[in-house]
Amino acid sequence: MRDGEVVKGVRFRNHRVVGDIVALATRYCEEGADELVFYDITASPDGRTVDRSWVDRVAAVIDIPFCVAGGIRSVADAEDVLNKGADKISVNSPALESPRLINDLARRFGSQCVVLGVDSREQDGAYNVYQYTGDPDKTVAAELATVEWIAEAQDRGIGEVVLNCMNQDGVRQGYDNAQLALIRKHCHVPLIASGGAGSMQHFADTFREAGVDGALAASVFHSAEIDIRDLKRFLADEGIDIRTD
Amino acid sequence: MSSPTLAIIDSGGANIASLMYAFRRLGIDGELTTDAERIRAAQRVILPGVGAARDAMSRLVDLDLVDVIRGLSQPVLGICLGMQLLADASEEEDVECLGIIPGVAGKLRGGTSCPVPNMGWCSVTAAQPDEVLHSIDDGSYFYFVHSYALPVSEHTVATARHAEPFSAMVRRDNFVAAQFHPERSSANGARLLANFAGVTA
Repeated sequence: MRDGEVVKGVRFRNHRVVGDIVALATRYCEEGADELVFYDITASPDGRTVDRSWVDRVAAVIDIPFCVAGGIRSVADAEDVLNKGADKISVNSPALESPRLINDLARRFGSQCVVLGVDSREQDGAYNVYQYTGDPDKTVAAELATVEWIAEAQDRGIGEVVLNCMNQDGVRQGYDNAQLALIRKHCHVPLIASGGAGSMQHFADTFREAGVDGALAASVFHSAEIDIRDLKRFLADEGIDIRTD
Repeated sequence: MSSPTLAIIDSGGANIASLMYAFRRLGIDGELTTDAERIRAAQRVILPGVGAARDAMSRLVDLDLVDVIRGLSQPVLGICLGMQLLADASEEEDVECLGIIPGVAGKLRGGTSCPVPNMGWCSVTAAQPDEVLHSIDDGSYFYFVHSYALPVSEHTVATARHAEPFSAMVRRDNFVAAQFHPERSSANGARLLANFAGVTA
């Protein structure tokens, strides 16, 4: 859920747009999505947190798990989101700034609630982590190898990793399965592929070639280019173990 | 105050909201409570739980609810950690639990093809007929989030598989329990909660 309009809805605290979040969440839920991620990509660069009144409203209508990402900078932030009915919280830039946050969140809520978002890009043959990716002007290399960061985050208690492969993001040429397969070898918690989905075949490829536990996409669902029901039937026909009921 | 239709024992943990909302969608206002009298008087009782077994058991001991729960005769549904709390014990920090449903929760075996915690949708296979599974297709998917599970036993109502098969649901008398989260398991989860509550989804 990184489409401009929805994200703007959170940023400007506009109730009409918040209503759209609920409608969209309901639609994806009915179409058979297995999990939703609400991602405020501008939260960390501006040093503030998301307006969370919509979390309650989403929790009231959907009956699948959902994760809130963006602006979770403390145990108190996470507690607020989880108490409103979210199942997971995802941390990215704040965890890079203060890795202890992962330990604190995992100890308080359990690893299963704590997702690590990683923005990673290949440069000179190595995969490195990037920070503040919500705003192109503020995006910086975190000077950390992706493999090392994911290993450290697992030691600190992360329960799931969403790997956003920046080389692929937005270009719809398929997931970065080379990178995902490499990370898979070092990742002992669920690994979710993100960035690059353009066709139904891309989803099948990443499950098969990279061995990921899930695949995340936004734009192809938003634009209705791919219908979630069709996608899941396609994946089931391809022999991938997936809920189609 | 009239007896609650549904009492949800406030066992701590942060995910009570989604359970309350799930019942509200079925037209039932659950009462979140730690009050022994309210729990005893309820027509049905939910024992939820998220987090560590030791913390949750300590909380039940501190609240003086251990014997209250053991003595309940109305339908009781344990969910996730609540299922493990109903068992004899958990290997997680070697905690003695309520001892209502025989079995000891053990750590899931992992590996890169079976990460632990097990988080996601797993197919659930009935091991014996049960009223809470009424009109739910065998093999339906439910949403799991857990690192420990009860082994398959004579009390197993349904199984699921991670690296090895485990009990997805168990029952003993009026106590039934699910390792998965029905409140986050879409239409089948809603059906299960409705079956338990005795209403139509």
